[in-house]
Amino acid sequence: MTQGTEGMQKAFHLTRKKRFNLKQGFFLSLIRTFGFAGAITLFIILFFVAYNGISVLSWEFITQSPTEGMTKGGILPVIVGTILLTILCMIAVIPVGVITAIFLSEYSRPGLVLNIVMMSIYTLSGVPSVVFGLFGLAVLVVAFKLGMSLLAGALTLAIMVLPYIISTSEEAIKAVPFSFKEASLACGATKWQTIRKVVLPTAMPGILTGAILGTAKVSGETAPIMFTAAAFFTPGVPKSLFEPIMALPYHIYVLATAGTHIEETRPIQYGTALTLIVLVLGMNLLGIILRSRQRKKRAW
Amino acid sequence: MVEERYIFEIKDFSIYYGDFMAVKNITLNIESNKITAIIGPSGCGKSTLLRSLNRMNDLIIISHVEGHVLYRGTDIYQHDTDVIELRKRVGMVFQKPNPFPSSVYENVAYGPRIRGIKKKFQLDEIVENALVRADLWKEVKDKLNESGMSLSGGQMQRLCIARSLAQEPEVLLFDEPTSALDPISTANIENLLQELQKTVTIVIVTHNMQQAARISNCTAFMYLGEMVEFGLTDNIFVNPQNKLTEEYITGRFG
Repeated sequence: MTQGTEGMQKAFHLTRKKRFNLKQGFFLSLIRTFGFAGAITLFIILFFVAYNGISVLSWEFITQSPTEGMTKGGILPVIVGTILLTILCMIAVIPVGVITAIFLSEYSRPGLVLNIVMMSIYTLSGVPSVVFGLFGLAVLVVAFKLGMSLLAGALTLAIMVLPYIISTSEEAIKAVPFSFKEASLACGATKWQTIRKVVLPTAMPGILTGAILGTAKVSGETAPIMFTAAAFFTPGVPKSLFEPIMALPYHIYVLATAGTHIEETRPIQYGTALTLIVLVLGMNLLGIILRSRQRKKRAW
Repeated sequence: MVEERYIFEIKDFSIYYGDFMAVKNITLNIESNKITAIIGPSGCGKSTLLRSLNRMNDLIIISHVEGHVLYRGTDIYQHDTDVIELRKRVGMVFQKPNPFPSSVYENVAYGPRIRGIKKKFQLDEIVENALVRADLWKEVKDKLNESGMSLSGGQMQRLCIARSLAQEPEVLLFDEPTSALDPISTANIENLLQELQKTVTIVIVTHNMQQAARISNCTAFMYLGEMVEFGLTDNIFVNPQNKLTEEYITGRFG
């Protein structure tokens, strides 16, 4: 390269820098700031909760029951309660959600029935969580005589997460290539055999991912379990489906509002909040890992 | 009853997609244990016609048909036709190899399994037989548990053929089975078809006129939904009766 062209390139760099536009720069940084707002908020919350709660986290904290009016001891029954709620909720919601999704994607014909079903699902997903709580109280706890119980709470959460599970399952089922179904039918399989042996197994990772992410979202809900499952205090972990339980979100609420030693329970509140966040983040992570693994494995 | 000469008798048969008539008043007899090729330019209705022979067109809700297709003397478009049994006897191999995302073994065992064969030794025998007939056994016998999708394109297509053969079909329909394959895999499949012809009736739709000329006994030429000419492949290619046929096979349009 000759000296001349080198000189020209340097000059070009200089002009580019000079062309930096103040107005454009301002808006660019504004957009960047807003773009990061979500991440920043998340990190502030995480930092705040972790900073205050990390000191109480210990093996004892997650393996012992609360003692002395909840000012001492751990939160084992609370953690177990939330985990049981989550698992039961999934067991209840996956079959219903998947069957509905099969109906919507494979059997329904455009028309009034489909419109009504779709409309109901959309509406259901917009109902506030406290309404689900009251519904659970009126229908499951009182009318079905389940009482304030693990089962009633799990079913209430299941109803709440159902629209989400239906739509993620439907997407997973619709993502199964038509050529798979064609191949199965050409082998002389019935429609139901095709769904059971080809469509569902292929869609299953997607369905499970949706179920995990959806359930993680509702596992931190307070309102739906407030009237249906959660108790102020239970002695130890629940022994049957029909016992009331302690759960992380409700425990935070209780400690922050209804306790008599609010100052003394404050570290425990933070510890509980931190545990809940870790649990939900862990489930989300599981869902995300499952999804990315399934995307990598997919050969079609 | 004497051995039937024609396995399919298609009579005044038309197929509609909504108002569009994709296949127009076709009459055609398909001989047992022969290879019949259907050729014609894109969109002439040849795949539609092929897919009507085992009622795969049923999957498209807006299609309806007129006329008759007799399979071994029975009209397959009656309301009480057992479509499942029909598709077991009349298998189909598609343009793009479409193995299931499961192992080689499970792919071939799929048909027998849904028909309730559970015993391991029976399934083993069926799978091996089908893979041998599809000329794939030697290549995959040590990787029966690997994913069917890990095979090469030509192997995948032969796996799909093996999957159909596991049903012991009487007819195999091929919808442009080599159009996604390289020349060597194509040659393998063509040899395989000629081998299979001894035991199975074959109907093949193809874009490739040389392919039709090489492997088929009879050839049907379709244009714009109509059957222009049908006859022995040698006659069609050497001495076409219709001007359109001649122009198509000499490559003047298509």
